[in-house]
Amino acid sequence: MTAAQPSNFGSARKMLLWSGIAALCAWVLVPIYLVALGAFGGRSGVYQWPKSILPTGISLEPFLLFLRTEGVAGAFLNSLGAAAVTVVLSVLIGAPAGYALARYDFRGKDSFRLLVLLTRAFPLAILALPLTVSFIRIGLYDTVIGVGLVHTILALPFAALVTQGIFMGVPRELEEAAWVFGCSRPQAFFRIVAPLALPGLAATAVFAFVISWNEVFAASVLTVRNRTLTAYLLTVLSESPLHYRFAGGLLLILPSVIFIFAVRRYLFAIWGISSK
Amino acid sequence: MANIVIDKIKKTFGSFEALKEISLEVGDGEFVSLLGPSGCGKTTLLRIIAGLETETSGQILIGGTPVNGLAPKDRGLAMVFQNYAVFPHMTVFENVAFGLRMKKADQNRVKSQVDKAAALLHIEPYLDRYPNKLSGGQRQRVAVARALAVEPKVLLMDEPLSNLDALLRLEMRTELKAVLQASGTTTIYVTHDQTEAMGLSDRIAVMYDGRIEQIGAPVDIYSHPASRFVGGFMGSPPMNFIRLPVTNGTVKLGNMNHAVPASVEREIVLGLRGENVSLAPLAEGLRLDVRVAEPMGSHLLLTGTIANQPVRVILPPGESVKAGEAIGLKLAADRLTWLSPETGLALNHPSR
Repeated sequence: MTAAQPSNFGSARKMLLWSGIAALCAWVLVPIYLVALGAFGGRSGVYQWPKSILPTGISLEPFLLFLRTEGVAGAFLNSLGAAAVTVVLSVLIGAPAGYALARYDFRGKDSFRLLVLLTRAFPLAILALPLTVSFIRIGLYDTVIGVGLVHTILALPFAALVTQGIFMGVPRELEEAAWVFGCSRPQAFFRIVAPLALPGLAATAVFAFVISWNEVFAASVLTVRNRTLTAYLLTVLSESPLHYRFAGGLLLILPSVIFIFAVRRYLFAIWGISSK
Repeated sequence: MANIVIDKIKKTFGSFEALKEISLEVGDGEFVSLLGPSGCGKTTLLRIIAGLETETSGQILIGGTPVNGLAPKDRGLAMVFQNYAVFPHMTVFENVAFGLRMKKADQNRVKSQVDKAAALLHIEPYLDRYPNKLSGGQRQRVAVARALAVEPKVLLMDEPLSNLDALLRLEMRTELKAVLQASGTTTIYVTHDQTEAMGLSDRIAVMYDGRIEQIGAPVDIYSHPASRFVGGFMGSPPMNFIRLPVTNGTVKLGNMNHAVPASVEREIVLGLRGENVSLAPLAEGLRLDVRVAEPMGSHLLLTGTIANQPVRVILPPGESVKAGEAIGLKLAADRLTWLSPETGLALNHPSR
């Protein structure tokens, strides 16, 4: 009897673990599922009451119809473009800043960190008008690159501060060892630091992607014809039938999920940075 | 193989002088330890030699060539770090091969050098594993193998054993000595552990407060410390320091008068190694009031006071002395160190 106790205890723990996992999955998946149901259910499915939880009477047809709606595909591509610009620029600019913050002591380091964050303190609404005017002057208004640049500004503070933490997690001795054993500084960075920082850099990229993908205000103000998906949906959806809105929502959710899924293995440290 | 000449190296961090014009020569194939308490500048000096830190002034020559301003990779040296610094995303083989790969050595040479280094440090079974599957001692071996695989002119070691547990440290110490004797590499070894320095080194440079207090063979430093700091830092238990009155150029030790160096007048400090005493009748010897007696198996450790000053002495294990007793001690007259009470420097040091 007593011998069975540990195994009971163990299975209870296992139960707890699995129910926890199930609850978390449900927390994320159920809303997505309901949105998908609405998107694929068509006009009749959306207004049906009581709702059936099971996917009955669904077809791709309503969703495809939505995709074929004028402007949706273009807006989707614009969003992807702006997000790509944001990801590339914020990692390319943010990571070196993070590296400098992590490795060097310089005068005004703390104020710099604060200043970087302060870029987020200005409400975009205040900046919108001057930004629009100057974007029109330089010819960036109503372009994907222009939106990407603004989104980069929004993502940069996080990119710099998050990568600082990541680079601080790569022990300095590893880099010094690389220098001693024949690496120049750039070589040491790309052979030793970058591979070890990759999971964190991937996380930073995901973060930048999501910031850009979800951003509505700047995208709405700075574009007229080349709308990003969020800006497009914002203007169109209020006049659309309910199942169109669900389809739009699903289209907003999917790329983030797919992107995170694609880089998921970098989100968990593969080798585990072990210094001791 | 190369010798190292360190000429008046000085390093300041802001207003703090970490190194005060240090000069040191290390011969070809010699093993020199930099020994001192933390904050004495020993690691800074090593990092300057490696090129990881820049000196404020002074010069360093490795094998006759000045290396000031050269990048670490151009100095022809290898280094073993305190926390091993093995690359976690490479297999043990790639770790050991790293230096050779960077020098673009051909595949055969990489293979043969890695196998040689791996055999020397007994890490052949782990060559295709990742470091996170290894214990601390195994990682330390990988770090040493990585350093030896490039056949460096100079090997620098920064407290390489201090993260290992005591038993493993002893084992690695012995092994390190054997490996380095076989390879004959010029080595500078930083440590704060005096037994490590004693056991491994050809010569020890004892550092304190940014300067070298004394440099010499381990036995010399142990038996003839140049200063109170060196005597107190080396040895376990550390050297005893007893302040004694001087009359007419002699000091009274029990019923014997012992001549002391002439330069002192009223008082002198006797530096006494705990093992340089033997039991004598109380009437004849120097009186020791025993407070604690600890039979250690190999010896008997006595803690007590001589002339009201705390001392620790060592007697053969067979002696039976109990706490609270007063005993007489006969001192080995030729093994005493006399120090100035004002400066703490040795008065009868051979170099003076």
